[in-house]
Parts: sequence; structure tokens; C-alpha cells
Amino acid sequence: MTRVGRWVSDHAVMAVAMLVLFYMFLPIFFVVLMSFNDPASRLSYEFDAFTLDNWTSPCTPSGMCGAVVKSLQIGFLSTVGSTLLGTLVAFALVRHRFRGRAATSLLIFLPMATPEVVMGSSLLALFTSAGLSGSLGFWSILVAHIMFCLSFVVVTVKARLAGLDSSLEQAAMDLYANEWQAFWRVTFPLVFPGVLAAALLSFSLSFDDFIVTNFNHGNTITFPMYVWGAAQRGIPPQVNVVGTVMFAVALLLVVLGSVGRRRRPV
Amino acid sequence: MAGTAETGRDAGADLTLTSVTKRFGGFVAVDDLDLVVEQGQFFALLGPSGCGKTTTLRMVAGLEEPTSGTISIAGKDISRLKPYKRPVNTVFQNYALFPHLDIFENVAFGLRRRGVKDVAGQVAEMLELVELGSFGKRRPNQLSGGQQQRVALARALINRPQVLLLDEPLGALDLKLRRQMQIELKRIQTEVGITFVHVTHDQEEAMTMADTIAVMNAGVIEQMGRPSELYDSPATTFVSNFLGQSNLIKAEVVGRDGDDNVVVDAYGRKLGAPASRARRTDGTVWVGVRPEKVFLARADGRGGTDGGTGSGGNVLDGGTVSDVSFIGVSTQYLVRMPWGQELTVFEQNSGAQDGLRPGDRVDLQWSPAHTFLLDADQDAHAGDETYAALTQGAG
Amino acid sequence: MSSAAPAGVVTGGSVDNDPVPRRRRRRGASTGYLLLLPGLLWLLIFFVVPTIQLTATSLYDPSGSLETGYAMTGSFSNYWQALSTYTGPFLRSLLYAGVATVLALLLAYPLAYAIAFKAGRWKNLMLVMVIAPFFTSFLVRTLAWKSILSDNGAVVNTLQALQILGPDGRLLATSVAVVTGLTYNFLPFMVLPLYASLEKIDLRLVEAGKDLYANGFTSFRKITLPLSMPGLVAGTLLTFIPAAGDYINAELLGTPRQSMIGNVIDSLFLVQLDYPIAAACSVILMLAIVAMVLFYVRRAGTEELL
Repeated sequence: MTRVGRWVSDHAVMAVAMLVLFYMFLPIFFVVLMSFNDPASRLSYEFDAFTLDNWTSPCTPSGMCGAVVKSLQIGFLSTVGSTLLGTLVAFALVRHRFRGRAATSLLIFLPMATPEVVMGSSLLALFTSAGLSGSLGFWSILVAHIMFCLSFVVVTVKARLAGLDSSLEQAAMDLYANEWQAFWRVTFPLVFPGVLAAALLSFSLSFDDFIVTNFNHGNTITFPMYVWGAAQRGIPPQVNVVGTVMFAVALLLVVLGSVGRRRRPV
Repeated sequence: MAGTAETGRDAGADLTLTSVTKRFGGFVAVDDLDLVVEQGQFFALLGPSGCGKTTTLRMVAGLEEPTSGTISIAGKDISRLKPYKRPVNTVFQNYALFPHLDIFENVAFGLRRRGVKDVAGQVAEMLELVELGSFGKRRPNQLSGGQQQRVALARALINRPQVLLLDEPLGALDLKLRRQMQIELKRIQTEVGITFVHVTHDQEEAMTMADTIAVMNAGVIEQMGRPSELYDSPATTFVSNFLGQSNLIKAEVVGRDGDDNVVVDAYGRKLGAPASRARRTDGTVWVGVRPEKVFLARADGRGGTDGGTGSGGNVLDGGTVSDVSFIGVSTQYLVRMPWGQELTVFEQNSGAQDGLRPGDRVDLQWSPAHTFLLDADQDAHAGDETYAALTQGAG
Repeated sequence: MSSAAPAGVVTGGSVDNDPVPRRRRRRGASTGYLLLLPGLLWLLIFFVVPTIQLTATSLYDPSGSLETGYAMTGSFSNYWQALSTYTGPFLRSLLYAGVATVLALLLAYPLAYAIAFKAGRWKNLMLVMVIAPFFTSFLVRTLAWKSILSDNGAVVNTLQALQILGPDGRLLATSVAVVTGLTYNFLPFMVLPLYASLEKIDLRLVEAGKDLYANGFTSFRKITLPLSMPGLVAGTLLTFIPAAGDYINAELLGTPRQSMIGNVIDSLFLVQLDYPIAAACSVILMLAIVAMVLFYVRRAGTEELL
């Protein structure tokens, strides 16, 4: 390869990559920017004037903060539920032999390959035919969220578990740890990063879900539902405050996580 | 049949395997194995991949359950005990150090599980023994392969097991480090006096360290004894090839001479072998001799490498040097015999003799005392991995 | 000097291949079933049963209503009606999702490649940046595109100045805006699998390729690209499937003229309450995706993914 060719291959790829990252970050800049916007009209999507009002009184738009709280509650509960169920399934898949493995794997895979609109409408069809269409709300959103988070948990934990050398557990048993101790002293600490990653993924999937929720929410308003409704009438800029805060919190978690890992490598 | 206990400790049989069989489905990994490892021995289970040695080790550790038979330590049957109930610890092939714990906690793991007090003192002492005193706070992935190996050893040894199992412990190290660790392991074993059972496929490793070697093949022990015994008087063609190299020449037993040597006829030449090293004393046999025991003499009488075996030695005349490889300390000759077979001869490069060249006519001479006789029904290439690799490559 | 055979030949550095089945093989199957049970039941009740119910609903007599109830009449005509009425949204869904997938691939490959091979110590940072957009809400992100592409925004002004867009030209409420949004929203799903499979590639293979083909591009085409195929297939599926069913981008960045099948299903179920036709649309979407996935995976020769 010529010297020029080498330089191009070394730097051009990186340059393109940077442009793509810029594309990915562009909307986030705008979310942060618009959180300081003082819109000229309710339906304006352009930056009109700078203000701090949105940050000092984030709960001004009626119902928005309630919707955020609802989303946090549902996100938390569906994270707990799906992480628990999914981790158990992952352990069964990696550590146990049983009939029907292929069918099980397919059942895990399908929800990830099904468009949300199909999942959401199927659930609605089920709930309606069961005569529950009038009582949809918090519980039905929770049920749906656990359902679609479950597969992602299984896949994430399974990957971590499959990479775990089974001789580590054997070593623990060889060193006088019984099955229970071997699990809690060796297996679980080593799988934990995978479980944590799965939980974070579940939370963000649940917190962010609109389509499935939209079919099954009854009268319960989550944050994405609120934004959707507001988009028809004009978005209050405080929505961008919530978006910015979410971004900042998630980023902080990741940074803390990586710092923690560097200090105490797992 | 067990190797002689040279250690002088009380000779109570420590690890005993009685008719142990392990089947995986239809595959017999270990076939009706009987084995006694005496206390304080450094015992090596040597064999090629898939011979059942690791399965045997795992059954002793409790990681596999024997299909039938019993395993006992100091007379106590442990065959059905869980791994954590056995007075046995293992150094795993890839060390299996806990990546989430530091070196100190790795070594302390077994003590903590048993609720031992004064963990810190014992761990420090053990880390000193393996020369890793200052590494307690490090993580396994911050250590080199050799250091990890020593941590694995310390982690097992600190529990003072009655038997320490080592599963190819040096397999992942490079050659130089492996040599160094062999000496180290032997030193530590002598120091702590615990019974070591060492599984390896490396015959040099086994011979360097072990008091007793059991050569395993296809689930059974082919031969067991001191390294020199096995080397000088192999019982089967497998052992003769797997442990070092051998020349095996087909011959017929014709009788005995006055020195209690069995006399055979190999392609018209009379050769002798001590009756004590004859595994078969009638019919067709393999006459075996190690390449370094053979001396080459020029057929024209001008000396050659000269052995001075004197009269009464075994002589095979009519050879032609077909290949010469210089390997530093020695030179390896391939000599083609009149019946087409190529024999291998190693000669020390002592500088005394002038070198032979391909095409030179030579006679092979060696002492009958270095000769062994094997059953000719056995495959002459059994256990010869170089031959297996070559023929596989050709096929 | 027991043997002069080179140690490498005798030992071959081989790992002992004793057939050592993992201990887990012997663990009781009953514990396995017990661990599986809650999760699988959940999926069975809230995923499999609903899908069956959806299919059943798609065969109901369309003359019924939620109040009066539906009769199961095996009305396959619902499918015909759904297809003929909503041909446009169906085709648009596949077209938009297809274009967005190709664009995402073109953007994601250099990025994934750079992270895997060029990023060095910035690797983790760049990976965090790839998933960072996930940290804020999907809807809020999509609305941000509404600001970016707005009629008086910098993007439109620039394009107008460059005369790529006419003086009255706009981006918002066009197919371009919808595809831009779709590409953006599902890009991380393309980058991550691509990165995962690129990262596994042994760089020595690429070097050997350069040695053999002596050309960066050829060795990329012959070595790197085929080896990254699993990630490429996974990435395109993970992008295409949600994009085809999405209707948030069409709703927020487009107009009814850009409506996709998701918009139709949403409206039929939640506004017009025409369940049988709505269910038929859902089933058609699902079947179309399954068919395309199977065809695609078979063509790409990576069946083991499924």
C-alpha cells in the first residue's frame, strides 16, 4: 500500500466515524438547547429566546411530572420483574440440559424480532377479548414491559454466563465451597455485571417505550405518552429539561460505573 | 507393582483406586483402573490426549463420579463425596483463579470456607513459599502466566490437602518457564511432603519431577514405575515410543546363553537381551534399543563413532547412513538397514570422533544389557506421536 | 536427554482433549424447568397467546363492533381488504425501512470499524457515545429532529443557499425527514452488532490478507467484510424490523402522506376501533417481516443466527 493510501485508511475512517457520531449527537445538542428555549408560540420548534424558567420550574406543564413519576415507577418495577425472570431463564439455558431447548430459544428470540406495533396490538386484542379493555392501565403497561424486556435480559445475562469458565465453580467446590457458597461467592459476583447491564437496559427500554404502551395504557399517562399527546398541542420546553436530565443521569451512571470498574477491576 | 517408596515416610497407602471405570455414554474413558499412590509421592499420570488421565484426576477431585469402582484416601472411601468434602485440592489446567478476587483472597478462599482463624498469617506464609509475597493486593489478570500458576498452587496447597492434584499445570507456559517451574514444583513438593498427583502429556516433565510414573493409554495403565525403570525397560511398544524414542526390530527367539540372556535372530544376526527385560521369551518379538545406547562403527573398520562395547555386544551390520542432523549436544543419524528399516542413533558430540556422512557404510553396536524384548503382536508405532502425525498428514 | 524429538512435535502444545463433559450436563433437568417456568409462562401468556388472539381477531366478521362483539367467521377477506385499502402505507413502510437500513449500514460500518480497529484507548468512550442517544427519550430525540429540520433552521437554510432545495423547499413533513429520523433512531442497533463482530476479527487475518492480496480494499472485501457478516446481518435485521413497524417518525416528522403501516394499525385499533382489519394489518406486517428475514438470512448464508 502506498503511503498516501495508508494515511487515508488510518485517518479517513476515523474522520467518517466522527461525522457519524456528530450525527448521532446532533439531536441531543438540540434537546439541551431547547431546554433553555422560551418559545414564541406553543407550536414553535425553533429556538426563539434564552430562558432559565424551564429549569427553575420544570413541573409547570400540568401532568408532566406526574407522567415522569409514573414512568419511573413502571420502569423500576418492570426492571425488577424482567431482570429476575430473565436471569433465571438465562441460568437454565446455560447451566441445565432439558428437552425443548430449541423451542425455548425461539420463544426468547421472537419478541425481539417482532415489531412493537404487532406486540402492542396483540396484547390489546387479548385484553379486549378477555373483557379487560375497560380496566387497562398501570398493571397492563407493567405486564407488557416485563414481557418485552425479558428477552433482552435473557440474551444479556446469557452472554455473560456463557463466557464464564465453569472451572471457576469447580475450583470453588474443590476449595470447600458447597453449591450455595460457590454460587454466591464466585458465580454471582462474576455474572453480576451482566445482570446489572440487563437491568439498566430493561429500565431504559421500559422508560422509553411508547408504541406498546400506547396500545395498552388505558388512562395511565407515562412520560412518552405525555410527550406524544403534547406534540399534538405544542410541546412545552420542559420536556427537553426532562430529556436533558435523563441524559445527564445516564451518562453519570456510565462514568461512575467505568471509574468503579477501573478502581476495582472485575 | 507400585513404585518403590523412596521417601521413607510411613508407607500407608494414601490414594487408592480400585476397579474404577468411567463411561460417557458408550465411550469408556477409564477402564477398570487399579492404582495405588503412596503417601508423599510425586506421582505422574502420563499419556496422550484422550487417554483418560484427566478424567481419572477429576474423579479423584470429585468433579466426575465413577461409573463403578471405589476411590479411597487413607483407607476412607471418598468416591461419592462432593468435591468440597474431600481432603483433596486441585491445581487446574488454566489455573481457574477467581478474577473478581485479589491474590490474597484467592489463596485465602479455602481457609475462609472452612472457617479457619488466622487467615492472614497462613496466606502470607504460603505466598512466601511460592515467592509472591508482595503480590497479595494484585488481581489475577495483573500477573504473568508463571505467577498465576504459582498462585493456583498456593491456593491449593494452603489447605494442606492429603493429596494435591495437578492437571497439566505447566501446559500454558512457554518452554523455558516450564523447565523452571518443574524444578520449583519439585522443590515445593519436597518441602511440604504432600502427595502430588500430576497429570501431563509431556514425558520430559513427568520424568523430571515424578517419583513414579503411570503411563496411561486408552483408559488403562500400560506401565507404572520409576522413570528410569520405564525408560530402560518398557513393557509395551506404546511405552517404548511414548517415553522417549525406540528402535524396534523384528526378531525370532532362538534360545538362551550362559549369562541368562535371551538370544534372538534378527534378519540373520544374533542379538542378546537380559531375560529380566524380556516381555516375551518365545516366538516373534520386537528387539528394542534406545537410540543413544547405540554406537556406530564404520564398516571399513576405520573406527567411526566407536562404542567400545567389546566382544559379546549386539551388532547389526550392513547399515548405510541415510540422514545426519546436528542437534547441538548430539547428532542424530538415520541408518538404513539391508531389510529396508531405518534405525535412529544419537551420538554425543564429544568431539572425539569424525563425523559420518550420508552414504557411509556403518555397523550398529550396543550392549545386550541395554536391550529389551517386547511382544511382536503389538503395534511397533503405538504411542509414536511423530509417526502418527506424519502418517495422518500423508493420509 | 531422554528424547531428541523436538518437544513441540511430541506435545504439540495441545490441550488435553479428554472428553470431559461439563458438570452441568448432569444437573437435574427439574431444576432447569423450575428456573425456566416463570419467564416462559410470562412469554407464553403475554406474547404467544396474544399473537394467537391477534390472528383470530384478524379473521373475525368485520361487521361486528366492540360493543356488539365480533363473530368468528374465518373472514380471510379481511386480509384482502387490508392489503387493497392500505397498499400505500404497506409499501412505504417497507421502502422507508429499507432505505433507512441501507443508510444506517453505510453510516454504521465506518463507525464500528473505527471503534474496533482505530480507536485505541478511546474505544470505550466511543462505545458510550454510540449508546448515549439511548439515554434520552425516543420521542424527545425525534422531536429534536423537528427542530433541526425546521423550515427556518440551519440545515434547510444551508441546503437552500446551496440550491439543493428550492427557496420554498422544506425537509420537515417530507419522506426525507421520516427516513432521516428512522435512520437516526435505529443507528445504534446497527453499530453495536457490527462492532461486536468486527472486534472479534483476528487482525493477523487482515494482515495475511494484505500480504496475499496486497491491496487494502481487496483484503477488506475478501477478509474483513465476510468475517463481519454475522454482525452485518444481525444489525440490518435489528434496524429493519423496528423501522418497518415504527410510526413515531412518520407521525412527528411527516404528514399523513408519509403514513406508514404502523400509523394505520394505531389508528384502526385506537381511533376507528376496527379490530378485524387492524389485526389483519398487524398479521400481514408480521408475516412480511418473517418472510423477508428468512429470505435474507438464507441469502446471506448465516442461518445459525436464528
